[in-house]
Amino acid sequence: MLKSKTFVKKTRSGGVMKVVREHYLRDDIWCGSESCTECKQESPVLQKDACIESNLCSYPHYLIPDTNVVLHQVDVLEEAVIRNVIILQTVLQEVRHRSAPVYKRVKDMIQDKEKHFYTFTNEHHRETFIEREPGESANDRNDRAIRVAAKWYSEHLKGHQPDGDELRVVLLTNDLGNREKAKENNLLVFKCEEYIKSLIANPELVDRLALSSDDQNDITSNKVLFAEHLPLSVIQTGIKNGSLLQGTFRASRDNYLEATVFVHGGGEDATEVLIQGLQNLNRAVHQDVVAVQLLPQSQWVAPSSVILQDEGEAKDENANEEEDKLQPFTAAQKPTGKVVGIIKRNWRPFCGMLNVSQIKESTRHLFTPAERRIPRIRIETRQASALAGQRIMVAIDGWPKHSRYPNGHFVRSLGKAGEKDTEQEVLLLEHDVPHQPFSQAVLSFLPKMPWAITPEDLEKREDLRHLTVCSVDPPGCTDIDDALHCRELEDGTLEVGVHIADVSHFIRPGNALDSEAANRGTTVYLCGRRIDMVPELLSSNLCSLRSNVDRFAFSCIWELNQKSEILKTRFTKSVINSKASLTYAEAQMRIDDSTKNDNITKSLRGLNKLAKILKKRRIENGALTLSSLEVRFHIDSETHDPIDLQAKELLETNSMVEEFMLLANISVAQKIYDEFPDCAMLRKHPAPPPSNYDILHKASKSQNVEIHTDSAKALAYSLDKASVEGFLYFNTLLRILATRCMMQAVYFCSGMDSDFHHYGLASPIYTHFTSPIRRYADIIVHRLLAVAIGADTTYPDLMDKHKQSALSNNLNYRHKMAQYAQRASVAFHTQLFFKSRGILNEEGFVLFVRKNAIIILIPRFGLEGTVFFDTKDKSAPNLVFDEAGPTLKVEQHTFCIFDKVKVTIRLDDTNIQHQKIRMALVDPVVRIHSRTSAASSCALLKNGNNVFIHLPF
Amino acid sequence: MAGLELLSDQGYRIDGRKATELRKIQARMGVFAQADGSAYLEQGNTKVLAVVYGPHEMRGSRSRARHDRAVINCQYSMATFSTAERKRRPHGDRKSTEMSLHLKQTFEAAVMTQLFPRSQIDIYVKILQSDGGNYSVCVNAATLAVIDAGIPMRDYVCACTVGFVDETPLADLCYAEEGGGVSSLGLALLPRSSQIALVQMDARLHQDNLDALMEAAMTACKGVSKVLDEVVRQHLQEASMLARD
Ligand SMILES: [Zn+2]
Repeated sequence: MLKSKTFVKKTRSGGVMKVVREHYLRDDIWCGSESCTECKQESPVLQKDACIESNLCSYPHYLIPDTNVVLHQVDVLEEAVIRNVIILQTVLQEVRHRSAPVYKRVKDMIQDKEKHFYTFTNEHHRETFIEREPGESANDRNDRAIRVAAKWYSEHLKGHQPDGDELRVVLLTNDLGNREKAKENNLLVFKCEEYIKSLIANPELVDRLALSSDDQNDITSNKVLFAEHLPLSVIQTGIKNGSLLQGTFRASRDNYLEATVFVHGGGEDATEVLIQGLQNLNRAVHQDVVAVQLLPQSQWVAPSSVILQDEGEAKDENANEEEDKLQPFTAAQKPTGKVVGIIKRNWRPFCGMLNVSQIKESTRHLFTPAERRIPRIRIETRQASALAGQRIMVAIDGWPKHSRYPNGHFVRSLGKAGEKDTEQEVLLLEHDVPHQPFSQAVLSFLPKMPWAITPEDLEKREDLRHLTVCSVDPPGCTDIDDALHCRELEDGTLEVGVHIADVSHFIRPGNALDSEAANRGTTVYLCGRRIDMVPELLSSNLCSLRSNVDRFAFSCIWELNQKSEILKTRFTKSVINSKASLTYAEAQMRIDDSTKNDNITKSLRGLNKLAKILKKRRIENGALTLSSLEVRFHIDSETHDPIDLQAKELLETNSMVEEFMLLANISVAQKIYDEFPDCAMLRKHPAPPPSNYDILHKASKSQNVEIHTDSAKALAYSLDKASVEGFLYFNTLLRILATRCMMQAVYFCSGMDSDFHHYGLASPIYTHFTSPIRRYADIIVHRLLAVAIGADTTYPDLMDKHKQSALSNNLNYRHKMAQYAQRASVAFHTQLFFKSRGILNEEGFVLFVRKNAIIILIPRFGLEGTVFFDTKDKSAPNLVFDEAGPTLKVEQHTFCIFDKVKVTIRLDDTNIQHQKIRMALVDPVVRIHSRTSAASSCALLKNGNNVFIHLPF
Repeated sequence: MAGLELLSDQGYRIDGRKATELRKIQARMGVFAQADGSAYLEQGNTKVLAVVYGPHEMRGSRSRARHDRAVINCQYSMATFSTAERKRRPHGDRKSTEMSLHLKQTFEAAVMTQLFPRSQIDIYVKILQSDGGNYSVCVNAATLAVIDAGIPMRDYVCACTVGFVDETPLADLCYAEEGGGVSSLGLALLPRSSQIALVQMDARLHQDNLDALMEAAMTACKGVSKVLDEVVRQHLQEASMLARD
């Protein structure tokens, strides 16, 4: 097919090095409008009756936004009422170069059939391509290209709609010059604000508008508060010649006037630069990439240890006065600098609450983000009174140099603060957990119901439906990943099978369903809610290995002798029919009930016996058994409020299932690594650096117990031996401490790393195979294994170690965030629980000793809290901290690790956005001049997590 | 900065072509009177001159002569002004030598060398301007030059460079596309019999994609052959008109 003859050829050149590129112009690019009879398009995107109630444009019309409108007003464009928009190629390309996140959002809108967004490839259209004129800047040229395209559309659409109103196009631009030129060309043109305000039926859209630069003058005084940011070109030269440093800006959580910049690859020089004071912070926001200039050494300071929160509404004028709050320090000084420019902003929409302005009529209000590292944001809204007390989302639009706070706009409301649904939404957003309902595109790749196993399916799979397979899970589990069986063979050996849901049969590589699962990475379990990685039809039905239905499985089958030694391993895709879905407790009861002798029970007993041997051998090899206090909420089935809290108890059957899962994971890891040494997805757990164990050594010494940490095996052994007369809980506490010393286990690609060791499991190689319904890593492992046994075909990305490495990074990130979200959810439910309980008296143990506080663990609730001894008022007690112990002497009493204490616990909800559990010491009584100041605060650690700790592997 | 988007969602490439479309090909045969055959060919912005001498007696060492067929000698070079930065060494570097060898292999497969035992055919190609697909454009130009010289061939040899982006094969890559991280494949084809004269590929490509890419390459080569055929017919028409006058 050779169409080149119909093209007019033009070349364009530019840049310092002359680039000559061909540029073909075509006459087969269609307008995309339903009403057009001229264009030979198959499925026009733009509707015939593109009506929207506007008092500026009463006729049907299409919108053409310019680049800046798309970049800054993407929140408005995403509104459902905004439809029939023409995105010009010129605009799309500019957006792509200027902001990757906005580009992605625009592309999503273009794909959304409901939105009727059409991309017009104007740069390759014979009639809309223009060449840059001599002396014309690239921006001016693009603006002109947009006008030319708009003009073309208005001519092109004329006369196609004989009946009814003529279709028109409306150009949206905030650039005054562009508007005037457009008017000269007889185009319909409006400012974005102007147009949005004209939408009579949708007044709420106005709040979603970003503040544009020409509005900013009237929102703030003209007094310049901050130094001008250097232009990018100056920054680049500065970084090259070493006068400036580039790094990521991390605001301090505790002190809003302080931040640290982590300098990227700065050689041996300082890799951290301290920034203090509003002037020096110079409008940088947490996570921005900034350029910093070091101050002369005489001006270097030490990080402050004061906790400062930006409270009250500061006027723009008094920014300087706030500096006084920082006091001089004598501690070690650090390289100190100031921010001179922003290389890349990393703004996202933030969750938080509105501080409604004192002035009743005011439409400008301050917004306080939930994340303490983010400054407060000034927004303009007419619905302040409605938004008060709600959690809302706000996006930053800019931070002019004469404004104390950044300017932003309201994005959406999440609901009433303190309510379960709202808070859950907030913690999902703040932990970057994708939780939107699955899109139509994703759902379209689900199998059509009713689904049934076909004879062709059976042909490719081993039929294991005759085996007595059963599953053992926690109560209420609907996404059953794994099932087991065990039977005695004729020669006296035992056959054990681990059958894992065959998710990779349903999720084919590269489609929308697959990409969505890869992005989500993991299912997130919150208290009372599950955010699925794959749609429910798969997670709770077709993939879930429920009892008495035929299901596809990926089976790992061993022959073991009575000593649990593996004689033979094989993997196969299969069809199974589980005979029972049991809970851990039910399985335990069957095993213990000697009157039962059915096949299921026999199978369970066999498994249990083998698992005990496996576990013993694993521990002999140096595997660690650490402890964590996992708490379970008993949730009221109607109100969904937590009514009781209890530590999760572990049964023999828990460890039975775990042993076989470990065995399957190790067998599979070995197999895929043998087959694909370059691109196997594995999981490793690095050994912690020796210094991590310091606290464990100190703590155990205080009780005259010695802990050896030279190897995992030594650690496991000495933990087993550690006990103190009359202190039953000591061993558990030690194990909790040991858990804190561990590193995080991570996924990685075998071709990119050489250290595969799994420290905690004492295994030379490990991976995840057993939970493909809730972890994406397992799906990849399934695909690799399927290729290895010839049951499936490979695809390019599976064999690309760089792509797999990037995928591992995302999975590690998602797992980490899921864990934080989970902890935050437990913390929130703990708060709900204490809200209804009033003040409680509990026993606890000192877990850590700090300079000015002790951290206490309440075993009954798995709750951890800090009791501070220095209070804001003057009557602070006399504190003596000894790092060697570590011990803290408060007046007469000395605290050390493992001390038993009594505390009162209550919920402090004075700050609705940051509710806290407060603990106060009851016994021992610390005698301080005024008794009231002994009542000290207890903030939950980081994002308010308590000891809900998952074992790190 | 985001790199170049090689294929837009609307299906257009950076220069405005669709995935399967070739660049504009223009060619003239018989541009030099002294040579036995010559041709000038433009494929987009890549411009090539090809000149053929022979068949003639072996020159230089006689030992290279074959008693049953002609020996084809190819020399590939690039003009110093052919790229954006002036080239230091127009020929004789590793890349040129390799390219010469590839051309030699291609034409040995296409020219009916057995008709001229103990003789030699020289093919010289020079890139005047380079904008991607150098090998393919050279083959196409040399084909015309060989025809101009009246040397019998089994078929036109047509070549095209194709690449793979976003699960879509792109035909006839330009320089920006070749440099944009595409795994590219060069194919020289005898279109009528669909016989492959040469395939070359340096980049990594997953096996599953190879069939699709080869398919696209073949289609593209057949497209090229149509254009070349037209050029030859046009040239013959002009020549016969001249002869009649
Ligand atoms: Zn049209």
